[in-house]
Amino acid sequence: MRGLPPVLITAIVLVAGFAACAMQFPNIASTRVVGNLLTDNAFLGIVATGMTFVIISGGIDLSVGSVIGFTTVFVALAIERWGVPPLVAFVAILVLSAAFGAAMGAVIHVFDLPPFIVTLAGMFLARGASFLLSTESVPITAPVYSTVSDFALRMPGGGRLTAIAIIMLVIVIGGALLLHLTRFGANVYALGGSRATASLMGVAVGKMTVKIYMLSSLLAGIAGIVFSFYTSAGYSLSAVGVELDTIAAVVIGGTLLTGGQGSVIGTFLGVLIQGMIQTYINFDGTLSSWWTKIATGVLLFAFIALQQGLVALARRPAAKNAGAAI
Amino acid sequence: MQNSLDPAAPLLEVRGISKSFGAVHALREVDFTLRAGEIHALLGENGAGKSTLIKVVTGVFPRDTGIVRIGGEEIAPRSAKAALAAGIATVYQEVNLLPNLSVAQNLFLDRQPMRFGIVREGEMRRRAKALLADFGLDIDVATPLGNYSVAIQHVTAIARAVDLSARVLILDEPTASLDRHEVEILFRIMRQLAKRGIGIVFVSHFLDQVYEISDRITVLRNGGLVGERETASLPRLELIRMMLGRELAGTTSPRASAGEHQAREVCASFENFGKAGYVAPFNLELRHGEVVGLAGLLGSGRTETARLVFGAERADCGQARVEGAPVRLHSPRDGVRHGFGYCPEERKTEGIVAELSVRENIVLALQAKRGLHRPLSRREQDEIARRYVKMLDIRPADPERPVGLLSGGNQQKVLLARWLATAPRLLVLDEPTRGIDVGAHAEIIRLIRELCDDGLALLVISSELDEIVTYSDRVVVLRDRAHIEELEGEAIDVGSILAAIAADSVAVALEAHT
Ligand SMILES: Nc1ncnc2c1ncn2[C@@H]1O[C@H](COP(=O)(O)OP(=O)(O)OP(=O)(O)O)[C@@H](O)[C@H]1O
Ligand SMILES: [Mg+2]
Repeated sequence: MRGLPPVLITAIVLVAGFAACAMQFPNIASTRVVGNLLTDNAFLGIVATGMTFVIISGGIDLSVGSVIGFTTVFVALAIERWGVPPLVAFVAILVLSAAFGAAMGAVIHVFDLPPFIVTLAGMFLARGASFLLSTESVPITAPVYSTVSDFALRMPGGGRLTAIAIIMLVIVIGGALLLHLTRFGANVYALGGSRATASLMGVAVGKMTVKIYMLSSLLAGIAGIVFSFYTSAGYSLSAVGVELDTIAAVVIGGTLLTGGQGSVIGTFLGVLIQGMIQTYINFDGTLSSWWTKIATGVLLFAFIALQQGLVALARRPAAKNAGAAI
Repeated sequence: MQNSLDPAAPLLEVRGISKSFGAVHALREVDFTLRAGEIHALLGENGAGKSTLIKVVTGVFPRDTGIVRIGGEEIAPRSAKAALAAGIATVYQEVNLLPNLSVAQNLFLDRQPMRFGIVREGEMRRRAKALLADFGLDIDVATPLGNYSVAIQHVTAIARAVDLSARVLILDEPTASLDRHEVEILFRIMRQLAKRGIGIVFVSHFLDQVYEISDRITVLRNGGLVGERETASLPRLELIRMMLGRELAGTTSPRASAGEHQAREVCASFENFGKAGYVAPFNLELRHGEVVGLAGLLGSGRTETARLVFGAERADCGQARVEGAPVRLHSPRDGVRHGFGYCPEERKTEGIVAELSVRENIVLALQAKRGLHRPLSRREQDEIARRYVKMLDIRPADPERPVGLLSGGNQQKVLLARWLATAPRLLVLDEPTRGIDVGAHAEIIRLIRELCDDGLALLVISSELDEIVTYSDRVVVLRDRAHIEELEGEAIDVGSILAAIAADSVAVALEAHT
């Protein structure tokens, strides 16, 4: 349905890319590699799901990387230094990050400010706050962490589907259902079409804005917890620049940066494409890991050009229909 | 919903509403009364305050003073959503719904049929189809709304508001982009709703429609209330006087006789010009000092012809000539280079740059034509802007005001001024009088004649046959994307245009039978 053609293209790029990688390194086509890819990119998949909602609604959230960083530091300190039980620490940070997102959404709506500016401020704020808490890396040694890290579902072929990969998959599926099947999801698209019109049509634009940024920050908080599981540490410099990887994944997944169109599944494919490139570079062994960024950049460029092309194409038959339709 | 008490008791009462935007008093102490089961026309010139009154009543703009009661109960909605909850459904003048959502989602946005928190897509589409069927539309409701014509988008907006089954239905210029047939359907539905006791507010510049559908008329002028009358007992001239505050000057001017325009020089000609699947090849000659009208039903190929002539769409056969010399016409830039101007139908959405001032909008096309290395001086710009503001009576007469803050009709005048300022040799106007009030309407028709006297060639599309007859020297009648007849001189009247359209359809119908 909505946004399907770009998603199809993303899927084709992923499959073709994967086939090409597998041709050169047959080992890539194994559940082990795929399992690792999902684990390595779990946190990215989670934030990107939230970012998809924000971008479809016509906004942007630059604060997510900092929220992840803050979360890891907060969780590490709470568990290791303040003696808070891990579960309580998790609940606290999720409440905190949701409130942070809600506050950004409220500022965007009430003062009618561009989301770019407000979330940029949020980005500095959250990063600064994590430096205030601690400037060094705090290792987490709580038993929950080793239990969760050890947990994994065995896949045929010896691959491991880890707990954090499962969390990511659940969130992606949940996000897709929320976006495509609920009233909330339809309103997200409506906002991306035109805020003014949506408001005249009776959509509670203010509430929606608050909820969308709240969702994004909440998912960034969850991604932060997942990241702390992944690294078993909290560090104020973690996830620097992740907001840009996230936006790239969303755009490669076929979501229009101008809003109004896109899908969570596309974003998930976008995350997988980035993971695939990283995996290829790891296998090759001689390439610098910065090639990931270059390849992502090239892909991003290609996708934006492609979308412009599609948009132009979509306009033409519309002009023809204009008279004939009646 | 039935108002069981006194049928004449007011359903919606507006008392003493004022609203200023900075120094502009858009509304001053306006009263308005809507009774259950009546269709009430809200009339006034462009910028009189009609849309503002609607927006204040429905909480889109906060009001400065005044009260609003519905069913005797005071309400103070602060958003369209709150107004809806209080029982007022509205189609705003500028609403074209959301082009990126499907037709069904547009119809049911924020009120989709749900089960367990999930939108029932199938049920929603079924209901959407049924709802549009009432309006005579049979379209794929899963397709994005933006893929359909403006008319269909407008019908969808109206269908949505009607289906909200509120106690009050407000329609701000709902018929501006509809053809006769669709207007009839809309009126039938409005009458049904009124019979059920719903009060309907109807804004329009088409006085024929007002007399056809409304029970009562309220007139605004310059943000103030002029009066409320019963339609049946209000003569048309009296109504116009109420709206303008003066008499309307006569508009008819003698048409040139047939012999006269043979003598005129040909400005541009199109031979066997056409595009497969768009418009069948046609021959058209446009002469200096002559108005050619394009008549036909919506979708008959009028706009398509205009776009080919301007170069907005590339013809795949035929030859265009300007002043006798063959020219290439592949893009709008080619058109502009040859001195063509084109004022499109969807100017509200396409042409206006809302943030720029009236002056900047007016000089835009002229500046583009001159090229960026020859900027117009500020003095020249001011001079041009002042001239057109005066000529077209753009209100408020402040060239520095952002166009987005003007009323809908005044925005259209600004766009017309933009093309006039380029002093084109051929000007194509697509529905130049849509959404423009009676006073300005007469002005524009007078202007069209004047421009012709200065040697301009004009190609004008209009659905108002009376209007076409008034100013055209020749009328080309279209049907099914082909030019079927050309009327000239004395042969031009509403009857013969209609006959040309109908005769052909009868012929087609007969063919289909045999
Ligand atoms: N948002 C705004 N800011 C400033 N001025 C405004 C705004 N909206 C409307 N106005 C001014 O208020 C006056 C009334 O405008 P309004 O749109 O109500 O006219 P209207 O009667 O609906 O005219 P039309 O028939 O052209 O649609 C105009 O002078 C207009 O310039
Ligand atoms: Mg208006």
